Amino acid sequence: MSATAEAGIARKVQDDGHDDGHGDGHGDGAGQGGHHSPGAHGSVRSYVTGFVLSVVLTAIPFWLVMGDVLGDTLKTSIVIMAFAAVQIVVHMIYFLHMNTKSEGGWTFMALVFTLTLVVITLVGSIWVMYHLDRNMMPMTPHEALHRP
Amino acid sequence: MHETTAPPGAAAPVFYQQEEHAHGESGTLLGFWLYLMSDCLIFAVLFATYGVLGRNYAAGPSGAELFDLRLVALNTGLLLLSSITYGFAMLEMEKNRVDATLRWLAITGAFGAAFLAIELYEFAHLIHEGATPQRSAFLSAFFTLVGTHGLHVTFGIVWLVTLMVQVRRYGLIADNQRRLMCLSMFWHFLDVVWIGVFTFVYLMGSMR
Repeated sequence: MSATAEAGIARKVQDDGHDDGHGDGHGDGAGQGGHHSPGAHGSVRSYVTGFVLSVVLTAIPFWLVMGDVLGDTLKTSIVIMAFAAVQIVVHMIYFLHMNTKSEGGWTFMALVFTLTLVVITLVGSIWVMYHLDRNMMPMTPHEALHRP
Repeated sequence: MHETTAPPGAAAPVFYQQEEHAHGESGTLLGFWLYLMSDCLIFAVLFATYGVLGRNYAAGPSGAELFDLRLVALNTGLLLLSSITYGFAMLEMEKNRVDATLRWLAITGAFGAAFLAIELYEFAHLIHEGATPQRSAFLSAFFTLVGTHGLHVTFGIVWLVTLMVQVRRYGLIADNQRRLMCLSMFWHFLDVVWIGVFTFVYLMGSMR
């Protein structure tokens, strides 16, 4: 287990360097020599930063909806979806330690590929089914309940 | 504290361990990441299903009538807290402190269990009101999506408890560190999926 201990010391030194260094806090980049994995961990500061950002990015959408602040459903929907997208990026960076270099870039490649498929699945399904729905006969809830 | 006897698996060839040190094991972590991406596709399909069927109430109750956003906000907070406590467990693991790691893992598990308890209470409440999965397409899609996420959290907790036993028994050996890192990705990934759930299902469903 001496290798583990050495690695721990090495990382500690690196982490300290990070804290003195740049402000973004998450433990990627510089001294890692490119084999930084998505599961590798940041520092207390990076986790707390991510947590505070997440709380703010969660609280605002809840406030917008519960207080009906904007007064317009479409406007509110777009705003809270934007907040969700930003929060997902925050989680990816501060909690999952995502970056473009880990595992030789393969984790990022897999993520981009997956996101492509997710967007095609979501947008495609909703778009196609919305248009099919418009070709259906208009029906009130009462008729829908008692249709043959 | 730990015995000198190595657990099964630790006797594996050491050549790559020395090269990559405890944080390497690239194959496993990349493979687990690919698994998470495939899991992401499962959730994408369930989200798409909900997106298509989410407004088909069949004259039944709508999200605006059913959802209690205060409960959802509480649940979101619990999951968010469990994410940061898991992060602290990983930091303690890095410092090789077994007890502190186990303590943070236990706190994480408690938050996860509280999340599940509230979700089950919500489900029971809905079913009691007659809003069962059979009631409408909206409710079928809702229970499938949110239930699948809850199932993931359940298995995450089972995995967490298993790893706590492993760490207690064998210490923070390289194998256990690798496993904890996989669970870390899994746990944070579930929190990412929950962002989609509370935004897309609960918040947007609560608006008319």
